[in-house]
Amino acid sequence: MQLGEWFQNPGLTHFLIISAVLFSFGVFAIITRRNAIMVLMGIELILNAANINFVAFSRYSTGTLDGQMIAVFVIILAAAEAAIALAIILNIFRNFNTVDVDELTQLRD
Amino acid sequence: MDWYSIVFYTFAVITLGGAGIVVFSRNIVYSAFSLLFTFFGVAGLYVLLMADFLAVTQLLIYVGAILVLVLFGVMLTTNVIDVRLRSGTIHVLPAMILVAALGAALLHVFWYTNWNILPELPMVKETAPEIGGLFLGTYVLPFEVASVILLVALIGAAMIARRGRKV
Repeated sequence: MQLGEWFQNPGLTHFLIISAVLFSFGVFAIITRRNAIMVLMGIELILNAANINFVAFSRYSTGTLDGQMIAVFVIILAAAEAAIALAIILNIFRNFNTVDVDELTQLRD
Repeated sequence: MDWYSIVFYTFAVITLGGAGIVVFSRNIVYSAFSLLFTFFGVAGLYVLLMADFLAVTQLLIYVGAILVLVLFGVMLTTNVIDVRLRSGTIHVLPAMILVAALGAALLHVFWYTNWNILPELPMVKETAPEIGGLFLGTYVLPFEVASVILLVALIGAAMIARRGRKV
């Protein structure tokens, strides 16, 4: 397929490429950031990338709604995970007065 | 260029631009706010993929709940009064090489694989009634388990974050 023609007709590959870039950004945030909340944001980016893939395949490859169902469950788990992780981060901040993942080497003080 | 492509590229730019600011901004408050654009753009992509119910769910849960939680986390754990909002970065160069390799591998797979694409895309239809049927049909067990998980997460988060707890 010609590249110009490919650019003008968004299809499955376009959505997959967006999700790949989003996934890479998320991994980059998780690796490089020291702040625990930034690590959490990276995880949210990765979950969104996975969701885009699920929905794109559900639309273009299977034609059923199974991919969208999985995406709903991923969103549910992401909400639960964010709530728990932020509660843990708040508790860590109260005990250690930092949320720097490099300095947190012990589970208790 | 038809309207579908224009809207698609608009949302793609919003999504990836937001994600880029999230990752590369030095100020954590900017990062948290650009997460809003990323989530919004992903919701727009869901609309383009004919997932209307999922798009609204994304707006409600990600933009409405998770983003507010993250902002609360930022505000409660950073000393806003001092200018200590910067979030440091560590080993950027090895991470860039690693992530570039990972992204290149992913793009290679996505580009060269012959995906099974339906010869004729299904008609546009509203998905909420069918998703409701699937929730109480095929997916009834995961649905119930998810409700229990949400309850456990709610109680657990309240327990962990409570002040003055003796363990």
